Amino acid sequence: MTEIERALAEKLLALADDELILAHRNSEWTGHAPILEEDIALANIAQDELGHAMLYYELHCALAGGTPDRLAFFREAADFRNVQLVELPKGDWAFTMLRQYLFDAYELALLAQLTHSAHRPLAEVAAKVRNEELYHYKHTGAWVRRLGLGTEESHCRMQTALNELWPYTAQLFTPGADEEVLVKAGITPPPAEVREAWAAKVLPWLEAANLSIPLAPTVTLRRAEHTPHLTRLLAEMQSVARSDPAAEW
Amino acid sequence: MPEWTEALIWQALDEIKDPEIPVVSVVEMGIVRAVQVDGDRVTVTFTPTFSGCPALDVMREQIHSRLRALGIPNVEVRTVLHPPWTSDWITDAARAKLRAFGLAPPARHGGDVNVILLDQAPCPRCGSDDTTLRNRFGSTLCRTIYTCNVCHETFEQFKAL
Repeated sequence: MTEIERALAEKLLALADDELILAHRNSEWTGHAPILEEDIALANIAQDELGHAMLYYELHCALAGGTPDRLAFFREAADFRNVQLVELPKGDWAFTMLRQYLFDAYELALLAQLTHSAHRPLAEVAAKVRNEELYHYKHTGAWVRRLGLGTEESHCRMQTALNELWPYTAQLFTPGADEEVLVKAGITPPPAEVREAWAAKVLPWLEAANLSIPLAPTVTLRRAEHTPHLTRLLAEMQSVARSDPAAEW
Repeated sequence: MPEWTEALIWQALDEIKDPEIPVVSVVEMGIVRAVQVDGDRVTVTFTPTFSGCPALDVMREQIHSRLRALGIPNVEVRTVLHPPWTSDWITDAARAKLRAFGLAPPARHGGDVNVILLDQAPCPRCGSDDTTLRNRFGSTLCRTIYTCNVCHETFEQFKAL
């Protein structure tokens, strides 16, 4: 692999892992959501994100070898490249909806730029995924407003969720070790630009939901760093596949 | 050796129904993009609808087995993502079948993504435009749930994409 291919393979793994882990967290609500409609909606969102993870894993495997199943079920926590935002436990409904909203807004900001990627397969995936994401963004955005402007308790839960989640959003825009190589090659956008587009979406929306934006986070984490929550998530997610590694599905 | 014409292949593929919507074919849904015949080799170009749709593998497998049943020794189903599938490609004939099946067809949007999210679906049962969106997500990735305010039926719409 060339230097660019190595950097791109790492980036694709990060994109895929974010989607996979978030999909798993959301799937934990299946059968437990507050109302039936939302149970269905979140299961759909989780399934969409899983589909997107698959597309990114396939692009990764085209460059670096391997299969999506091996990557999902037979890696240890330290080998995952997802941000900590998506591995945190699902929390309450406000936490889940706000996390998904913040992530959806990031995805839309990123995908808008990735559709122009110099790596054609990535540009094609971005164009494919973008319209599906619009449904998520609209849905979770409505929940942020509904709870932010709802009762005293719903507002309080949303603000608490925002206070907890906000510091973790910085990692979405932290450049990877080889990010510069990809930006120079026109393959991925500069993270600072994505952040600006993201902030232009979420800041006015959160304010309109009567939520106070916490002070700007300064924590920068590498994508190889994880909380203990990821280990527990993987133990559950990977248990079936690992109980019979040779099984055919 | 038999001759397989493109027209024959298209006709065979038109018999393969969408597993989640058994009244329309993969051709009518715009999922099969091209057919190429090269001697005893046939290449079918396939494009996924919703990325996470679990029916995609079933459809690819059905295309394989339907064409092998015609006696074609080499069948390749090539998956492409570009241009991305859009519900605008669902034919008029398929839209009528969806309606008869009780599934409101998606609004045509001409690529304007904002139109996708307009919460409008005429009731497939009584035809009324007076309907209310109940849930942007439904029983499958490609469905949205509405209620008709006139005949009071709950119905699903194929999501615009």
